Amino acid sequence: MTSGPQAAGQAGRMVRLADRDRPRVRFRLDGADCAALAGDTVLTAVLVSAPAVRQSEFGPERRAGFCLMGACQDCWLWQEDGGRLRACSTLIAEGMQLRTVPPEDWQ
Amino acid sequence: MTVPGAERIVIVGAGPAGIRAAETLVNAGIRPVVIDEGMKAGGQIYRRPPEGFTRPPETLYGSEARKAVTLHTLFDRMVAAGEIDYHPQSSVLAIAGNLLQALAHGGRRDFTYDRLILATGAMDRLAPVPGWQAPGVYSLGATQIALKAQGVALGRRIVLAGSGPLLTLVAVQLLKAGAEIAAILDTSSLGDQMAGLPGMMVRPGLVLRGLVMRAKLGRLYHAGVRLDGIETDGRGPVGMRWRDARGRAHFTECDMVGLGWHLRAETQLAGLAGCAFDYDGDWAQWLPRTDRMGRAGEGLYLAGDGLRILGADGAEVAGRLAAAACLADMGLPSPDVAADLRRLDRCERFARAMARAFPWPAESVRAVPDETIVCRCEGVTAGQLRESVAYGGGEANRVKSLARVGMGRCQGRYCQLAGAELIAGKAGIKVCDAGRLREQAPVRPVPIGAWVRDA
Repeated sequence: MTSGPQAAGQAGRMVRLADRDRPRVRFRLDGADCAALAGDTVLTAVLVSAPAVRQSEFGPERRAGFCLMGACQDCWLWQEDGGRLRACSTLIAEGMQLRTVPPEDWQ
Repeated sequence: MTVPGAERIVIVGAGPAGIRAAETLVNAGIRPVVIDEGMKAGGQIYRRPPEGFTRPPETLYGSEARKAVTLHTLFDRMVAAGEIDYHPQSSVLAIAGNLLQALAHGGRRDFTYDRLILATGAMDRLAPVPGWQAPGVYSLGATQIALKAQGVALGRRIVLAGSGPLLTLVAVQLLKAGAEIAAILDTSSLGDQMAGLPGMMVRPGLVLRGLVMRAKLGRLYHAGVRLDGIETDGRGPVGMRWRDARGRAHFTECDMVGLGWHLRAETQLAGLAGCAFDYDGDWAQWLPRTDRMGRAGEGLYLAGDGLRILGADGAEVAGRLAAAACLADMGLPSPDVAADLRRLDRCERFARAMARAFPWPAESVRAVPDETIVCRCEGVTAGQLRESVAYGGGEANRVKSLARVGMGRCQGRYCQLAGAELIAGKAGIKVCDAGRLREQAPVRPVPIGAWVRDA
């Protein structure tokens, strides 16, 4: 399995400390194949291999979530089909197609 | 006398308060509706990981494992027996008349009620620190949720900063799980903490547990610090600049910062339901006005950290009391509440003393540099907020209109208290006179499709 352009080495933000023995789930992030574990939230799935989930609309910085409890709305992520989801309160599912930037035909 | 079942009772929230409220109603022969945002009942403090995680409760909840398992088991049993009408992963977004509008997995869902018990809990109370908008800066609660519910650390080298019981607890939990912590920076001075200690002795076991945990942190822990700013590059934090209690400057390298100053009551639904609020000096925030049982108005009851920030034990007590008040108001036999009222008093004396021991850093907030981001949602700076005070006067809702602080996606949850402090500082008034942001529905962002399709 390929692991995406950002997945190597220190690219990810989160570090797994426990409960690593779960089935693998495959998904796509910005067109690249990525792997996560069943039971990961979308936020965990993305941030174990990438440093952020989106670009702030109001500043130069990228964003990677903040509260993890559905209150701050910092971790909304795009999907290939144009829909959005809140990454901290959605579980990753096999075949999800996620984007850190809006789909091209949106702009 | 009301017949059980004649009135529809809805509980919002399935943490310690909501679970105990549900139990009390079920014991009286009532089948309440329970609406909760979580995938599983338990709330934040007793949050359960998704399926497939195998760490035992003792690892997840430490000394509180027995309480957590008791509540989870109780709730799951009531659901399995059909004693409650349970709606997980459902967010109540609006209240109008006796109608709740919720967003569930499949779309919009409406619930009518005759009586409403709100047990909406609390979230981290945040103060702005220069650089806190960077990716890799999280709330302390987030840091704990990541570890508990996902088994992950949010960075490789962690600085925890802020104040309150969660600061020490999260640090101990991370160290135990094998994470690397570079520093634990407490803005409360040892003097503040000693002054709060006598009041906290109404619950000596908790004080002892806290001191034991603090001892485990050793030289990583610093009291009485001032946070100068988080240094960042494009990827996130590279270090924290801070000054120790003697004023000496330090720079601690890190790639993740966890921030939090105790908790802030989640009161949006209480406000929409018509609650009155009072500014509470100990907790330094606006809290709903109720009687000791949690009655906020006709058919409206509050319980748990969304009412008074007493922690999980106090929330269990408050949940039972709110449900008992509900039963009494329906003319039904209700349990004897004398012992629970005494427990509530003890929890409140402890919690108020703790709030004074680990105070909200009002003076530091008022002194943040103009370029500091106050509103993380829309990148509004302290300078822009201060400037708007001159145009509109020192009132939170006017400043929201002018500077948009409180108008972003989090709806003021993370900027409101700091914003009020900055307004008060600029206008030269007391923070309670800067007012309180009015709640607006929906209290969470809603995909427009959820409403269009179901309309």
